[in-house]
Amino acid sequence: MTSTSTTALPRPLPPGPGTGAEPAARRGLTGRTVALAVARRAGSALAVLLGAATTAFAALQLLPGDPVAIILGPSTMASAQVRDQIRHDLGLGDPVVVQYLHYLGRLLHGDLGWSYQLQQPVSALIGDQLMPTVQLALAAIVVAVVLAVLSAVMTAGRHPALRAVASFWELVSVSTPPFWLGILLLTVLSFKIHAFPVAGAQGFGALVLPALTLGLPVAGILGQVLREGLEAALEQPFVTTARARGLSQTGIRARHALRHAAAGLVTLSGWLAGTLLGGAVLVEKVFARPGIGALTLQAVSSRDMPVVMGVVMLSALVFVAISTAVDLLYLVIDPRLRTD
Amino acid sequence: MSSSPPAPASTVPGSPATSRTAPAEAASAGKGASETNSVTIDSAATSGPQSSGSGSGAGPALVVDGLTVTFDGASRRGGNRQVHAVRDVSFTLERGECLAIVGESGSGKSVTARTLVGLTGRGATVRARALSFGGQDLIGLREGAWRQVRGRRIGLVLQDALVSLDPLRTAGAEIAEPLRTHRTVDRAHRYERVLRLLADVGVPEPARRAAQYPHQLSGGLRQRALIASALAAEPELLIADEPTTALDVTVQAQVLDLLRQLTVDGMSVLLISHDLAVVAGLADRVVVMYGGLVVEQGPTRSVLAHPRHPYTRALLAAVPALHPRGARLSVAAAGRPGHPRGCPYAARCARGDDRCRTELPAMPRAGSATDADAPGAVVPGAVVPGAVDLDVPGAFEHQARCWHPEPADGPPAAPAVVPAQAGPATATPLDTTPADTTPANTTPADTTPPDATPLDATPAATPTQAAPLIEADGLHKRYRSPDGTWRTVVRDVSLTLGSGEVLGVVGESGSGKTTVARIVLGMVEPDAGSVRLAGEPWSGLPERTRRGRRPGIQAIHQDPLGSFDPRFTTERIIGEAVAAAGVGRARERRDRVVELLDQVGLDAGLLRRRPLELSGGQRQRVAIARALAPRPRVLVCDEPVSALDVSVQAQILDLLGDLRRDLGVAMLFISHDLGVIRHVSDRMIVMRDGAVVEAGEVDQVFDHPRADYTRALLAAVPRPVPR
Repeated sequence: MTSTSTTALPRPLPPGPGTGAEPAARRGLTGRTVALAVARRAGSALAVLLGAATTAFAALQLLPGDPVAIILGPSTMASAQVRDQIRHDLGLGDPVVVQYLHYLGRLLHGDLGWSYQLQQPVSALIGDQLMPTVQLALAAIVVAVVLAVLSAVMTAGRHPALRAVASFWELVSVSTPPFWLGILLLTVLSFKIHAFPVAGAQGFGALVLPALTLGLPVAGILGQVLREGLEAALEQPFVTTARARGLSQTGIRARHALRHAAAGLVTLSGWLAGTLLGGAVLVEKVFARPGIGALTLQAVSSRDMPVVMGVVMLSALVFVAISTAVDLLYLVIDPRLRTD
Repeated sequence: MSSSPPAPASTVPGSPATSRTAPAEAASAGKGASETNSVTIDSAATSGPQSSGSGSGAGPALVVDGLTVTFDGASRRGGNRQVHAVRDVSFTLERGECLAIVGESGSGKSVTARTLVGLTGRGATVRARALSFGGQDLIGLREGAWRQVRGRRIGLVLQDALVSLDPLRTAGAEIAEPLRTHRTVDRAHRYERVLRLLADVGVPEPARRAAQYPHQLSGGLRQRALIASALAAEPELLIADEPTTALDVTVQAQVLDLLRQLTVDGMSVLLISHDLAVVAGLADRVVVMYGGLVVEQGPTRSVLAHPRHPYTRALLAAVPALHPRGARLSVAAAGRPGHPRGCPYAARCARGDDRCRTELPAMPRAGSATDADAPGAVVPGAVVPGAVDLDVPGAFEHQARCWHPEPADGPPAAPAVVPAQAGPATATPLDTTPADTTPANTTPADTTPPDATPLDATPAATPTQAAPLIEADGLHKRYRSPDGTWRTVVRDVSLTLGSGEVLGVVGESGSGKTTVARIVLGMVEPDAGSVRLAGEPWSGLPERTRRGRRPGIQAIHQDPLGSFDPRFTTERIIGEAVAAAGVGRARERRDRVVELLDQVGLDAGLLRRRPLELSGGQRQRVAIARALAPRPRVLVCDEPVSALDVSVQAQILDLLGDLRRDLGVAMLFISHDLGVIRHVSDRMIVMRDGAVVEAGEVDQVFDHPRADYTRALLAAVPRPVPR
C-alpha cells in the first residue's frame, strides 16, 4: 500500500553473503516471485478451462433433442436430405471422441462455434455484448468496495450505535433482491426525479443505476466481512504499538488494520465479481441494457447451445482470471506469503 | 490515605545524596562481590550529572501518585463487575533512571504501564492524585494531546516483536512511523534517520534490515527494531513491557545490555517484568506489585538482598537458578482468602492472620515516610541500613506493605528462609552446593536446606543401570526450505533416558530440540538413526504397530491451551485420555479423572470448567493430568513452563518433581531456561544448530562447562543480583 512508498524505502536488496540467519526468507515482492506465481497459476488456469470445456461438451451430448431441429426451427418443412446435409456439415455424425477433439481444436483457435439461431460466430456475438457487461460488473464492484471500505472504516471498533446502523443497512442491502432494488431505484431516481435515464447503455449516467443495483448487495456482504477483519486486526498487539507511537485511530485503520483486513475483502470480492456475471442477467433485463446477460437469457430460452457453451467458457475464463489476480494480490498484501 | 501531594521539592536530588553514596556503598556492599560493587558505583556516577540537570528543572520526570484503575467489565455470568486492576499506586521516576515494576500476570503492572501512555483500554476508569510527566499533567488529557505524548515523549515497547510490529510492513516503515507522525525529521532525511536508529540499537547491515519484514528477522533483531521504533521520535521515557520474555537467553542478555546503555545515555526506563532476575542487573529501583497494589518498593539491591514482603520472598524463591536441585521453589499457599478490603496476598500468605484478611496495610509514599498517617505505614526498622539514598536521587526508602514484614536486618533472601520450602518431602536432592557460575551470588552457603544430603559423584547411576527407556542413536533430520535447499535441523543426536531419570535438553530456538522431542515421541521419522523405546524398536515402525505402545510415552507442551479443545470441559479433556487408556465405564472414568486431578493438585470442582476459564497454571496441570492418564513411563516435556509466570512456573516444577518421586516417571525435559534445566534434571545435553555440543551430569556441565557455547549460555543467564 502507500505506506511503504511514503517512507521512500528501497526494494529489498538481493541476498548478500549474509550473517547466517534466515537464508531463504529474505525476499520482497521481486519479479521472480511474481513470475513464478503467475506461471504456476497459468498452469492451473489451463486445467480449469479444459475442465469447463469438457463439462460443457458433455452437457451438450447428454441433452435430449436434435440440434438440427433447433437450427431449422419448429415450423420447418426441410427434407431428410437437407437434415443429413446439415448434420454432416456440423460433424454431428462423427464419433463423440472425434467431435470432442474437433471442439477442443476449434477452441484453441478461439473458435467457439456457430450460433444455431443467430447464424453468427459465437465469439463475435459474445465480443459484441461483452463490453457493456464488463463495464457494469466493474462499476458494480467499485461501488461495492468503496461503500464497504467506507462503512467498515467508519464503524469498526467504534460506538455500538454506529455499528448497529451499519449492520442494519448491510442486512437490508443483502436481503433485497436485485430486481426489486432496481425497480425501486428506477421509480425514485428516474421516474420521479429524472436524475438518470430509465434504460439503455449510452453514457455514464446510464451506468449509475444498474451499477448501484448490482453493487449494493455486494457492498453489504463485503462491508460485514471487512468490519470483522478490521476489528480482529485492531485487537492485535501491533495496533497498541502503533497507538503508542502517537498514531490516530483513523491513521491506524488506514495504515495498519485495513491491510490486514484486506485479505478477506479481496477473496470475497474476487468471488463476488465472478458471480456478478450471473447477477447481470436480471439487472440487464430490468434496465433493458445489452450485454452477456441478455444474450445468455436468449440463448438458453431458444436452446442455442453453442452460445450457452461460449458463455460457460467465458465465465470459466473470468473466474480463473479473477482468482489469479486475487492470488497475486495476496502476495502484494502479505509479505509472509512470499516465501517461494 | 493521606491526601498531601508528594512534594516534589523534597525529592529533588541534592548533592548530599550523591556524596553519601560512597560510604553507603561501602557499608552495604560488604557481602557482595567486588563486581557488583563496581557496577553500582557506575550507576551512581551516571545519575550524578543527570540529577544535577533535573534539579534545576521540574523535578522527577514521572510522578505517579495514588493511581487507581478500575475496569467496568461485564462478567461472564451477566452481572456487571468492577475489577480494580490498579489500586493506589505511587512512584516517581527520575531522568536517566531505570525503575522496574515486577509482579505476576494480573498484578496490574501492565495496566499501570499502559495508563502512562493513555492506552488503558476500554471501560477503564483512571483516577490519580497526581500523574505527570516532565511537568505536564497527564490527568484528563484528550486523545489529541495524548497523541503528542505517545511516541514523542514516552515510548512503549511491548513483549513479542513478532506481533508487536506490524507483520505486513517492513521494519523500516515501522521505525519511520513515529518520525512521520511527529514530524521530527523532514521527509527527505527520514530514511537516513531510520538507518541510524537501527545502527544505534546495534542492528548490523541497517539498510538490508530496514527493508525486511518482521518474520524475516531473528528474535533479537526484531526486538531491537521494535525498540528503535519506540526511540525514533526521541522520547524522554521508554516503557518496556516484558521486553525480553519471549527471547532466548543470549538474545535476552543483548537486549538488556541495550536497555542498560539507554539509561547510561540519560533515558528514563520503566521496565515491566515478571522476572526479578531480569530486572536485577538493570533497575535502580524496584516496585513489586501484587493484586493491583504496590506491596514492596525500594532500591533494587535492598529489595533483592532483603525482601521484606512475603510475596517478594516467594518471587525470589521461585527462581530455580538460585536454589539447590530438588529444593521446593513454590511457597505453599498457606493462607485463606479474606475480605476484599484486606491484604490481597493473605490468600496465599503463610503469615496471614485475621488482621491481614480484614485490613489492608498502608504504604508510606515515597519521600514522605515520616508524615504518613496510616497505621502500619512506618514499619519499625523499615529502613534498611545503607539502603536509603543508596544510589537513587531523592529519598526512596525500602518499604513493604505488610503487617508482618521480614525484619530489615533479617536473613537475606535465600531458599532456606522460606518456610514451606525444602521440606522432608522434596525430591531426591542430588547435590548440596548451590555452586554458581557467577561470582556474585546472593545465596550464602549456609542456607543449604538441612535435608539435602550429599550423594556420591554418580547420582544417576542407580536409575541408568536398568535397561534405558529411550535409546536414541545417531538421529538425523533435515527439512526442505521453501527455496529448495535442505536444512539439517538435527544432526547425529544420541541420547539415553533411564527409567525414573530426568534428562534435560537445553538450547536456543532453532537448535533442534523440539524436533528431537518429536522424533522421540514417534511423531516425526528420523532420516537416519533410530529410537528404541524400552529396549524395543520405536522409530521406523508403521503407526499401526506403534499405537499400542503409545500410552507409555506422553507429551506435555508449552501451550496447553492450544492442545485443548476449547469447548471441552476439564472432565472431558482428561476423560478422553482416560477412556483411551481403557477405562470404559463412565463411573470408573470419572473416579480416575478426579484421582488424576488430585494427583496434579487440582480440586474436583474444576471438572466443569473449560480451558478458557482456567488460569495458566491450572491449564498446565490439566495437561499434565491428561498426560498421566495412561500411566506413562516417559513424559516428554517440551518447554512446559516457558509460558508461565515465575511463581506459577515454580509450582509446576515442584509438581513435576513430586510426580517423578511418586510415580517414578522418567522425563525428557526440554527448555531454553538453564535454571529450569538445572533444577529438574539429572543429566543434560546442550544443543546448538541441531547437534549436541555438550552432555553430562548437570552439576558437571554447570560447574565445569567444556564447550564454549555452554559457557556463553551460562554467562548470559540473568541473575537476581542487584547491580
